[in-house]
Amino acid sequence: MENSSLTPVYDSSKQANPALDELREILKYRHLVSQMVRRDIVTRYKRSFLGIAWTMLNPLATSIILVLVFSNVFGVSSPGYPVYILGGFIAWNFFSQTTNAAMVNLVWGGDLLRRIYIPRTIFAVSSIGTGLVNLALALVPLLAIVIVLGIPLTPALLFLPVPIVCLALFSLGIGLFLSSLAIYFTDVAEMYQIILMAWFYLSPIIYTDELLPEQLLASIKIFNPMYHLINLFRKPILLGQIPEISEILISSAWALVSILIGWVVFTRRADEFSYRV
Amino acid sequence: MNDNMEAIRLDNVGVRYRVPSERITHFKEYAIRWLQRRISQRDFWALKEINISIKQGETFGLIGPNGAGKSTTLKLIARVFRPTTGRVIVRGVVAPLLEFGAGFHPELTGRENIYLNGAVMGFTRKEMEAKFERIVDFAELGDFINVPVRTYSSGMKARLGFAVATDVDADILIIDEILSVGDEAFRRKSFERLEDFRRRGVTTLLVSHSMDTINKMCDRAAWLDHGQIKAIGESDQIVNAYLDDQ
Repeated sequence: MENSSLTPVYDSSKQANPALDELREILKYRHLVSQMVRRDIVTRYKRSFLGIAWTMLNPLATSIILVLVFSNVFGVSSPGYPVYILGGFIAWNFFSQTTNAAMVNLVWGGDLLRRIYIPRTIFAVSSIGTGLVNLALALVPLLAIVIVLGIPLTPALLFLPVPIVCLALFSLGIGLFLSSLAIYFTDVAEMYQIILMAWFYLSPIIYTDELLPEQLLASIKIFNPMYHLINLFRKPILLGQIPEISEILISSAWALVSILIGWVVFTRRADEFSYRV
Repeated sequence: MNDNMEAIRLDNVGVRYRVPSERITHFKEYAIRWLQRRISQRDFWALKEINISIKQGETFGLIGPNGAGKSTTLKLIARVFRPTTGRVIVRGVVAPLLEFGAGFHPELTGRENIYLNGAVMGFTRKEMEAKFERIVDFAELGDFINVPVRTYSSGMKARLGFAVATDVDADILIIDEILSVGDEAFRRKSFERLEDFRRRGVTTLLVSHSMDTINKMCDRAAWLDHGQIKAIGESDQIVNAYLDDQ
């Protein structure tokens, strides 16, 4: 404190770039992110009998049901189908859960913003953190099935962090964008559930490309970023292949567009949020 | 620290709440209204033309009726709100004692909440580990520290919140009507801790409805009314003027 140059100075008029300022702040508050992730994980399982095992059992049970239903309905009989479904499902779950959580945590937990200063993106960023922990846990039953079905584990699995980062950035962007709407309108969360349902069926999770009419598949490839993100995640596990450069580029491009738009839209309005939540 | 240095400066500060004249909370409704071009907004100025300068080491009080803008002023300095007009400058580390236990989670134990609350205030886990024993001691929680906070009495929660919030090395303390925490013994203890801060030359900004507290603790005070400063000066003069007006 003796050295006045070390004294932090806050000047409300010096805010050159809200998006960059927020980035600096969230890095400064990274300990809060980890505490909030910890809180989410601990409180979720604290009073449940099976505890953390739910994170692994849940997608596993859902996929077993889907596999049983759809291998009969669609007559898909490829041996990798359970991995196809579970892989797609895990990627999708990550996206739908984190985007929802970003929105809900800000709207319901946001009164914290009115009581003390914390970076406003903290809710969205920590939902991504929680999602990543859950994703890591869900990989355990997925890899178990891979082994049981005799699909070879290859070094291509080491590529997985790339699709996961793409998914995380893409989801964070969407989550932030939704959050800035949900602050103002209470029905955004409900509308989003409907959108999510349609989006789920327009993504290659339970069906394979061959089952789609060619034209529909072509439009999905153009308009649905989740098509690429899910495939990027699934390919190394299912086929033991590192995706091609073009596939990596498309997914990264979607991720970057999403995070840039989401971050800028959110931070431009963020000063108003503490008045509104 | 240099006594003449300014710790807090509010320059012509205004805060505007933008209230829709009819509250539209649904997107569907908003879309329809927007198409009909029927969205109108009403401006409400919570604060207007506020000019305050507080020197380092000074204890400054804010008084005024409910809704005068006292808490809004504190929140501007704590960075919770950004001013709509004007400029807020704050030099030093701020410890905002606005509401204790902000971010406490009922399912988590006292121990876990200390770390969470510490992180909300910007501290790392390691920094909190160093303070941990002191905080538990001060809050007088004993073995309750390992029990979920939902089982705490409101007094215990307040004590824990106060203990975490005041275990800081701050330059500026912002206090919003909090000297009524816990029982008489704890109140005395918390009062002593705040006195300690003042002796160390920490700048203190205080909102209170107790004119006694303002008179006893503050060097200067400002009287806020309807978002504007009605009077500012030596605290006894301001308190007297305020009381005469009632």
